[in-house]
Amino acid sequence: MLKKIDKRTKNNFITYAMVIIAFVVVQILLASGSMSSLMKGLLVPLCVYMILAVSLNFTVGILGELSLGHAGFMCVGAFTSAFFSMCMKDVITSNGLRFFLALIIGALFAALFGILIGIPVLRLKGDYLAIVTLAFGEIIKNIVNTLFIGKDSTGFHFSLKDAMSLNMEPGGEVIINGPQGITGTPQDSTFTIGIILMLLTIFIVLNMIYSRDGRAIMAIRDNRIAAESVGINITKYKLMAFSISAGLAGVAGVLYAHNLTTLNASPKNFGYNMSIMILVFVVLGGIGNIRGSVIAAVLLTLLPELLRGLSDYRMLVYSIVLIVMMLFNWAPKAREWRERHLPKNLLKRKQTAKEGK
Amino acid sequence: MSFLNYLINGISLGSVYAIIALGYTMVYGIAKMLNFAHGDVIMIGGYVSLLASSTMGLSPILSILITVVVCTALGVMIEGIAYRPLRNAGSPLAVLITAIGVSYFLQNIALLLFGANAKSYHSMVSVPALTIAGKLTITGETIVTVVSCIIIMVVLSLFIKKSKSGQAMLAVSEDKGAAQLMGINVNKTISLTFAIGSGLAALAGILLCSAYPSLTPYTGAMPGIKAFVAAVFGGIGSIPGAFIGGILLGVIEILGKAYISSQLADAIVFGVLIVVLLVKPTGILGKNIQEKV
Repeated sequence: MLKKIDKRTKNNFITYAMVIIAFVVVQILLASGSMSSLMKGLLVPLCVYMILAVSLNFTVGILGELSLGHAGFMCVGAFTSAFFSMCMKDVITSNGLRFFLALIIGALFAALFGILIGIPVLRLKGDYLAIVTLAFGEIIKNIVNTLFIGKDSTGFHFSLKDAMSLNMEPGGEVIINGPQGITGTPQDSTFTIGIILMLLTIFIVLNMIYSRDGRAIMAIRDNRIAAESVGINITKYKLMAFSISAGLAGVAGVLYAHNLTTLNASPKNFGYNMSIMILVFVVLGGIGNIRGSVIAAVLLTLLPELLRGLSDYRMLVYSIVLIVMMLFNWAPKAREWRERHLPKNLLKRKQTAKEGK
Repeated sequence: MSFLNYLINGISLGSVYAIIALGYTMVYGIAKMLNFAHGDVIMIGGYVSLLASSTMGLSPILSILITVVVCTALGVMIEGIAYRPLRNAGSPLAVLITAIGVSYFLQNIALLLFGANAKSYHSMVSVPALTIAGKLTITGETIVTVVSCIIIMVVLSLFIKKSKSGQAMLAVSEDKGAAQLMGINVNKTISLTFAIGSGLAALAGILLCSAYPSLTPYTGAMPGIKAFVAAVFGGIGSIPGAFIGGILLGVIEILGKAYISSQLADAIVFGVLIVVLLVKPTGILGKNIQEKV
């Protein structure tokens, strides 16, 4: 029993150490000036994707429900926190405090949306659940795109039509400007903050998995009826897992929003394409494997950049790599082939090495 | 425009959704997979028909035939190369992600071959517009779309009910193992399903581009998702369900655009889907399968 716990602690420790080592390496590269500006620009988005992948893995791997609307929660976190930061720009001058409060607000709102959406959605199963989460993600994106909020001396004004119908006093400021989104968000996100949030996310998810609640959630995943019959409250634990996952996606959204000067909801950043991309990270990294998600997020984000030399062909190569990796990893025949050939090859190599001696 | 005009536009768009959804629902019913690349087969169909009719100057009938043949072959090839090896992979997610990979692949191939700029599409339909009572105009595209949708639905239903291959499809969708024991070639049946689904996608591509004449590598993505929603709406796996779901979705989308808000049309469509699924979790015509302990 002790040995088992040790193994788990060791495993978790490797995950944390990996992130910290990556952080140190990047810091050294930054200090020595050997990092291109392109890579520098990718650092915060990398943290965003890692957090998203880990948080989605909590829904897909631990809760066992396929969600295709994860970008929607990120969108909620991004917009609520950016809205808060815009309102408090002049009131709270300390960048750190403002970002911290924005972070809490973004995460809380995303988690709240997780509960609101989770209540109806989690009654469904399998692919139906997937399509409804996709629908919710698209609805969130769509509504944000038609939302206008302005502020003047009398308070806030809302509209779903255009900036003119806000009926503001002269001198009022439009904060959310429909499809143009929020402009002028303070850029408080840094790579260091990103890594800290990343570690925090991993910490929350790993501790959650190994807690009593986490075991209950996994029991529901493995056999819902058996779990129910031993007295596990299915709705409560499902909602708990879903809202935690949504809240963490909100954290990624906050980080994302405070990395850009202009935040708008386009199909590219908050649409279903984004949700699918995160799902690709999760599945390629290994469903339920937190460390795998982190690695897959980094590799698959860097891959298109590394393939930049192929210019027009890079996304084509990316898609082929994706298909081949999936076939190689999952196809029963490929698995058989690997089992039969790979160890043999290794043996052969050892033998030839011996003979060479 | 009057309400009736909007309604007709909605039915026309809905018929396109229905044709795509029929393909989606058949593939889902038999292979139990969400084929995310289905929408991109529509786009490829659009490009192939454009090439055949404009560049090569073939007659509409011949170009439609070529398009259907090319897309059918493409569908069977995709299934054989990318999906079949993963059929017993143990996780439905593996094949879902591969389908996403295929979708990226098709989009990027089209991007490389035809460029990112929108191509204008010449309508394949030469049926004259119909004017009723001097006010109501029904375009030729609408007539052809609606009529072909109904024909396809009827033929498909008959094919599944009456033909041997159709019965084999039903058997495979119910229980693959038992079907195999009865001497049904499961691989062939699934290939046939993909062939029919992709052939329908080709027709849908031609009709979609004839009605909305602009073609980019991303043309198929949104109709693909909408058609999937339509299939779920009507009860996935059910052929009349896909038809009803498609028509309803098109009508809701056009009426929502006209009377509520053009920007919120997609949100309304998805909102209705959520409400329907909450009231009837397996869609309008879906069968409720009781879970056994």
